[in-house]
Amino acid sequence: MTAHSSFTDAELVRACRAGEPDAWNELVERYSRYVYAIATRGFRLSDEDAEDVFQDVFTRIYTRLDALRDDSALRPWIAQLTRRRCLDAIAARREIPAEDVLGENESTDLAEVEEAFEVREALTTLSDNCQDILDRFFTRDQSYKTIGDELDLPSGTIASRIARCLGRLRETLEGRNMVDRGSRE
Amino acid sequence: MTRELPEERIGVLLRVLRPAPIGWVRAAQELPAARQVFDEIVERAEADAAFRAALVADLERALAAEGYEPDRRVLGEIRARLADD
Repeated sequence: MTAHSSFTDAELVRACRAGEPDAWNELVERYSRYVYAIATRGFRLSDEDAEDVFQDVFTRIYTRLDALRDDSALRPWIAQLTRRRCLDAIAARREIPAEDVLGENESTDLAEVEEAFEVREALTTLSDNCQDILDRFFTRDQSYKTIGDELDLPSGTIASRIARCLGRLRETLEGRNMVDRGSRE
Repeated sequence: MTRELPEERIGVLLRVLRPAPIGWVRAAQELPAARQVFDEIVERAEADAAFRAALVADLERALAAEGYEPDRRVLGEIRARLADD
């Protein structure tokens, strides 16, 4: 956790523009999984192409941050930059124009990436312990034993702790849904 | 997101956003420092014809001789910038 972890996207963009130490690190941290997932799950790029896209997207974000008109629209902007670069990468491999690739390679997994980002955002509102254990189990594929060893917990309690944290995450998501629905009514 | 999610589905969605390779993340986080090196090199090349000629002749060697160690992305940008000038 850094001082910028609790910033909204708009606040983070402004902090990056102001050159605040660690703001850029937080932006990369916040969006690295997202860009990676779009490239590898959404467009199924090879590791080599995905790495090029990943670095190029963050270079463009860094050099064009001043051009972002709505600071709160960071995520759709990053999504658009990433999709465009993925299409370019596919087109370059096949030696065809990028517009000819459009639509063909955008899989339903892209929608799932967006949904996953919402879940990830909700995750960041849980306690550090819950974030850590859910991340270890679900995204780092650590076994109960590994988690227990690394956190110095009896492995028998890991399953119950994961279940409890997952329940809290579901409640958080449901709470967000209630707010979303309420704001539309 | 407007529907209720069972915990199994939340688990599936958590697995979607896996960590990017740590080296990629570090390289992206080091961009500001890399850009600073890039800007310094380009400024020097614009002010110093001999330095610029050395860069054009053998970019990597000229940079190494000056103590710069930019990554391949910055090298590519410097090449492009020198070609534009």
